[in-house]
Amino acid sequence: MVEDRTFSGRLFSAVNFILLALIALVTVLPFVHVVAGSFTTSAELAANKFVLIPKVWSLEAYKFIFSTNTIFRALGVSIGVTLIGTLFSMFITALMAYGLSRKDLDGRRVFNFLVVFTMLFHGGMIPTFLVVKELGLIDSYAALILPSAISAFNMIILKNFFQNIPEGLEESAKIDGCNDFGILFKIVLPLSLPAIATISLFYAVTYWNTYMSAILYLDNSAKWPIQVLLRQIVVLASGMDHSATLDGTVPPPDQTIKMAVIVVATLPILMVYPFLQKHFAKGAMLGSMKG
Amino acid sequence: MPKKYKSSSELKKRLWRNKLLYVMLIPGVLYFIIFKYLPMYGLIISFQDYKPYQGITGSEWVGMKHFSRLFTEPDFLNILANTLILFGMNILIYFPIPIILALMLNELRGTFFKRFFQTLVYLPHFMSWVIVVSISFVMVTMDGGIINELLAYFGFAKINFLLSPGWFRPMYILQVIWREAGWGTIIYLASIAAIDPGLYEASRMDGAGRLRQVWHITLPAIRGVIITLFILKIGSVLDLGFEHVYLLLNSMNREVAEIIDTYVYTAGLRQGQFSYSTAIGFFKSIVGLIMVMTVNKVSKKIGEEGVY
Repeated sequence: MVEDRTFSGRLFSAVNFILLALIALVTVLPFVHVVAGSFTTSAELAANKFVLIPKVWSLEAYKFIFSTNTIFRALGVSIGVTLIGTLFSMFITALMAYGLSRKDLDGRRVFNFLVVFTMLFHGGMIPTFLVVKELGLIDSYAALILPSAISAFNMIILKNFFQNIPEGLEESAKIDGCNDFGILFKIVLPLSLPAIATISLFYAVTYWNTYMSAILYLDNSAKWPIQVLLRQIVVLASGMDHSATLDGTVPPPDQTIKMAVIVVATLPILMVYPFLQKHFAKGAMLGSMKG
Repeated sequence: MPKKYKSSSELKKRLWRNKLLYVMLIPGVLYFIIFKYLPMYGLIISFQDYKPYQGITGSEWVGMKHFSRLFTEPDFLNILANTLILFGMNILIYFPIPIILALMLNELRGTFFKRFFQTLVYLPHFMSWVIVVSISFVMVTMDGGIINELLAYFGFAKINFLLSPGWFRPMYILQVIWREAGWGTIIYLASIAAIDPGLYEASRMDGAGRLRQVWHITLPAIRGVIITLFILKIGSVLDLGFEHVYLLLNSMNREVAEIIDTYVYTAGLRQGQFSYSTAIGFFKSIVGLIMVMTVNKVSKKIGEEGVY
């Protein structure tokens, strides 16, 4: 748009900018407060109320939470599930998306409908639980991956992306003796890196944030991913249901310790985010505009 | 769309030629059959008194028993009301916010700040509900939470946000806004980007100010997207998501916080009432399907595109 140099235009811009800056500030402040709080001492936190940059730096809280195996184990589960789950999901999503993206595939409308229908109607929590149980997946890490291995939404985004790749490329590869697998892995996937990056990020975030499957399908607390542990440490100990969750003799953990656990559970996403950020806006648009 | 074939042998030839593509579909199709369509088949236990050791084939059929229980159980009516109230807050309070935020971001001059603000407001979407709820809990808790410390500092009484039923709904919707508002702007910004810049220039010639341009050009241009997203939202009327509410739920706020999803979990998996809670879930899915189809039809009638 052309620069609007009238007085009212400038006033509009200024007000808009200030409001947006306030919104952005409100968005990040809670998290900054938590990060800063986790790096200071409890006494410092109590004295200063709101901490943005700690005056007294301290790793006390982190030393405490890493002094036992619990958090290492939970982090290990989350990292493993995220890596394996993302790879597995990407692989079978890409295969299906590519198959359905080819216009000469007979029956693709039926397959498409069957996928879209699952977005409109589903069996719900109990019947899904019973299927997972019948398959013997209760208390297995596979229960955190398999039941949500393909997101219909992600598959459709990827399929639409593949459809936009010129057909000529595939045909010429075919003439050169490439089969469908070769075309997918040597031509289509390398041309779809932005979409692959986007969908991988979506899957990775979902797996990292796995919580519901864990409380539904895992009884053994030794297998808990970090999100479930976070809930135990922060949510259940934040003055809720003291009688039910803590036996009264154990004091609730310090604020700084709770904050440190939040940071540890959030950090991996924050580290991945900047690398993929430039891709996902583009990728998400592609998919969402033409569902 | 495949063309009509002259003979079945031609179809066979095509199927054979694409055999590798069908092989590629196998894992995905298996996934959808096992984890999406088998549970749909499992819905029939809502017409049975399902006993785990007897299975679907061995359990006794009881017809609509569980469904009629739904509408006579005072508990369920309260839960339905709670669900609808949270849904209403989602539509009335949350839904317009990403639209307004997208319009504001779009009016921002200079790509640097636009990127910068976008990056910041997208971020919470990547945090799980556990993280979002945890962050707000450490902020509002009675023992040393920043909000209560500030209240005390300014001479007000501390408030037990987590245990008071009156604070559950405000906390719920604030968390929804904090986590989703920024992310929700993406699709609106994408459709704003597709608007012909000539329209704005023409309107400036006619003397339109910035607000008028937003009102007469930008908003009408994204009307289709707004309606599509509205349809999808309506379809999820009873589907607020289990995690978020479950995390906020406790024995003190149960009266206002128990919703269909959390109730299905408690009644079904905690208390073992498999058939009854499956009936509740079934009811929920049917209502959702009917809502989407109805609103979609209405939107096509009034000349909009609809979702499918």
